[in-house]
Amino acid sequence: MNSNLQSTTYNLICGAEIHVELKTKSKMFCGCKNDPFHAPEPNIYTCPVCLGLPGGLPVPNKQAIEDTILLGLALHCEIPGLAHFDRKHYFYPDLPKGYQISQKDEPFCMGGYVDTSFGRVRLNHIHLEEDAAKMHHATVDGKKVSLIDYNRSSVALMEIVTEPDIRSPEQAKEFLKNVRDIIRSLGISDCDMEKGSMRLEANISLSPDGKLPPYKVEVKNINSFRYFANAMTTEFTRHSEILDRGETPVQETRGYRADTGTTVSQRIKEDAADYRYFPDPDIPSIVVSREWVAEIAKRLPELPSSKIDSLVALGIVESAAKIIVNNSGMMDYIEQVKTLNPKYVQSAAKDMVNKKVDYLVVTPEAYIKSLESKSAAKITDESVLKPIIEKILADNPTVVADYKAGKQNALGFFVGAVMKSTAGKADAAIAGKLLKDLLN
Amino acid sequence: MTDLSKLTIEESRKGLDAKEFSSVELTTACLDSIKKQEPTLHAFVTVLEDDAMGSAKLADKELAQTSHDKPLLGIPVSLKDNFLTKDQRTTASSKVLDSYQPQFDATVVKKLRQSGAVIIGKNNMDAWAHGSSTETSDFGPTHNPWDPSRLPGGSSGGSAAAISANEVIGAVGSETAGSVRQPASWCGVIGFKPTYGRVSRYGVVAMESSLDSPGPLSKTVRDAAIMLGAIAGHDEFDATTSSIAVPNYLHDLQSNLHNLRIGLPKEYFLKDAQAGINEMVMNSAKQLEKLGAKLVEVNMMDPKYSIADYTIIQRAGVSSNLSRFDGVRYGNDRSSFGPEAKRRIMLGSYALSSGYYDAYYKRAQQVRMLLKRDFDRIFGQVDLILAPTAPSTALPIGASLNQSMFGELSDLLIEGSSLAGLTGINVPVGLLAGLPVGMQLIGNHFEEQKVLNAAYAYEQSIDWKEIKP
Repeated sequence: MNSNLQSTTYNLICGAEIHVELKTKSKMFCGCKNDPFHAPEPNIYTCPVCLGLPGGLPVPNKQAIEDTILLGLALHCEIPGLAHFDRKHYFYPDLPKGYQISQKDEPFCMGGYVDTSFGRVRLNHIHLEEDAAKMHHATVDGKKVSLIDYNRSSVALMEIVTEPDIRSPEQAKEFLKNVRDIIRSLGISDCDMEKGSMRLEANISLSPDGKLPPYKVEVKNINSFRYFANAMTTEFTRHSEILDRGETPVQETRGYRADTGTTVSQRIKEDAADYRYFPDPDIPSIVVSREWVAEIAKRLPELPSSKIDSLVALGIVESAAKIIVNNSGMMDYIEQVKTLNPKYVQSAAKDMVNKKVDYLVVTPEAYIKSLESKSAAKITDESVLKPIIEKILADNPTVVADYKAGKQNALGFFVGAVMKSTAGKADAAIAGKLLKDLLN
Repeated sequence: MTDLSKLTIEESRKGLDAKEFSSVELTTACLDSIKKQEPTLHAFVTVLEDDAMGSAKLADKELAQTSHDKPLLGIPVSLKDNFLTKDQRTTASSKVLDSYQPQFDATVVKKLRQSGAVIIGKNNMDAWAHGSSTETSDFGPTHNPWDPSRLPGGSSGGSAAAISANEVIGAVGSETAGSVRQPASWCGVIGFKPTYGRVSRYGVVAMESSLDSPGPLSKTVRDAAIMLGAIAGHDEFDATTSSIAVPNYLHDLQSNLHNLRIGLPKEYFLKDAQAGINEMVMNSAKQLEKLGAKLVEVNMMDPKYSIADYTIIQRAGVSSNLSRFDGVRYGNDRSSFGPEAKRRIMLGSYALSSGYYDAYYKRAQQVRMLLKRDFDRIFGQVDLILAPTAPSTALPIGASLNQSMFGELSDLLIEGSSLAGLTGINVPVGLLAGLPVGMQLIGNHFEEQKVLNAAYAYEQSIDWKEIKP
């Protein structure tokens, strides 16, 4: 926990709601193309179903259901044998049917958890729903207008809802990053926060005794992990001041403002909508058989944490392993190097992370060849190296004296000097051995 | 030459295929009949004269070729105005959609066109299908051909009247609970409600999505078999349609009722039904017995419970399905909703609202399960259930006004079977004081053939077809 926050009398309690757009080929309930971010024009990927026209009926996307269950399996959720979709009603211009098809009582995934170095964050559930259209507020012919782009309408959207287990901004960041990394490794979403294919909401409250307090504040409009952490920090300060006065913060929805790093009230509880949920009669209940789940489980790749472990086992330092695991290009590169010649895996990892080799340009074969030719060109002949070393020792009598007085790092100085005078071609191991012999 | 508008689908098929007359002639006969009778009946919201003549000409070209396998090729058919027709005005008889031109054909319409049907017009209905009188139409009521001072029933009242008055050869309506069978009963025609999921709802302006079932209205049982065959089947655009194969209803039609067990539920022969109806329907049951069926008296859950149950479920669905008419699109705002739609939206919203959901909607779904089980139990004992379709004959124009439960009461004997998703048919059994009386035969899920067979056997044994308004 952040030391600033720990020093007070209150415990920070936070839960997260994470919306993730799936990158299925088609939308959630119709055959329209799911590609709202690359559409060349607004309102081209639409049909009677995602426009909410009379007579349009939703037919659920099997791929989206499987992707959601796949995430559930990766996050240790229980996959119930029966799931159904519900209608969630509210009027908003970006919602053409007047209701959103979502899941309330019987979602595809129940429970589950994500581990962080600060402790486990339990999940309440993961459900599948449809995204709303996108509104654009613009000025057309001098008039202020609101435009609606239905390319995003009814795109498959997962919602991951946690228990109130997040205790610090640091834990939040690690948790959110883990979730994102896992989703990306499953290949089911790009989780691009900038474009909005991953969106965050925080439920924040403070408790004097660690128990759930009688209020919570929902913070929306968070589009980075850092803002999520900032929102927790700023809300902690705000709630503390209110609680210090003996009052309880108002249960409300607030918006995060990136420019000021603060939150502003958007809607208080009294105005909260009654969504009039009921099971969508257009979509029969979905039976999720054990066989189906087993089939989906076959798609489970190695998860990031275990991938990092196996890279570390190959001798790659952990900081580099973390970077590589989150980059499928680098990961593939390592795999190929490993197959070609495992002894170059460490240097490949180092060189890619330090940008000494561009993995997009240099093929693993070419990379290994260059390393081999380098080592082939090395000066290993002692009769060539010996005169060079003798000259260096003669030129640096004070360092020789230092070495003899017990300064071991003086050896490093000499190795460096040998490399310099051979333009890096000297075999460092042989040079080191010769140096020691001559010095002693 | 005989008046071609009086022909059945089957007779039209024969005549067209034998080149006795053309589709243009047949379509013209129907258009003439419409022109003559519409000032009195008002069974149509929109007559598609030009489009129909265009389709008829195309059909004639196709008929001139050697052979075809289209059951409805060249035959004029009308649609209830809640079926979307591409680029052709579709209103659901509501001012909200007064000038709405859909971008696509409903699956039923697509199938009808593929079967060669000539779509001749869009029939009047209760606005949004909310009612059993057709007088809640925002475009004014339809009048009953048997007595224009009376209601045709509803909500598919325009379709029933159009068939009854020979304005069209065949019609497709839709039923949520009674909207095909009850107007068929009041107008003296065949009204066939298939099992929920047998016919696609894609492109039908939704009323209550777990109940809505498109179905044919026709002059004969054989015509109903032809039409259902044309519109039934799995649809990739409707997740609730069944993938059970569609039989050839017409080919499999047979009038041998030997070993057929027909249940007569005492609770459905209401004590306060209009005098004469129960007796007429009971006589028809005896007629079926003479034809080989075995009559079994059964006890069922009192149909009165289905009124409350249906009301909650249907209003909830309506409040949800009408939310998309939010005033942003379609040219008319929400003040264009009529009083009945507003009442239903309010009641349905209430039944779904937080704190009331458990007491109303959830409870209603539980009762619905009990109703289903009751039917399951009965179908363990009998093949079909027989009862009057409606507790009265056609009521006078104005009867439904200021009676917010009018529909629920006149569909009392139908609602239970609709909530259970069953199939059923109305068959005319005679006249009471000059107005048609109907009996209904209810069958288990996907037992359309059994229902059709019994109705067909009965129809063959009487001379109903000759009785016309």
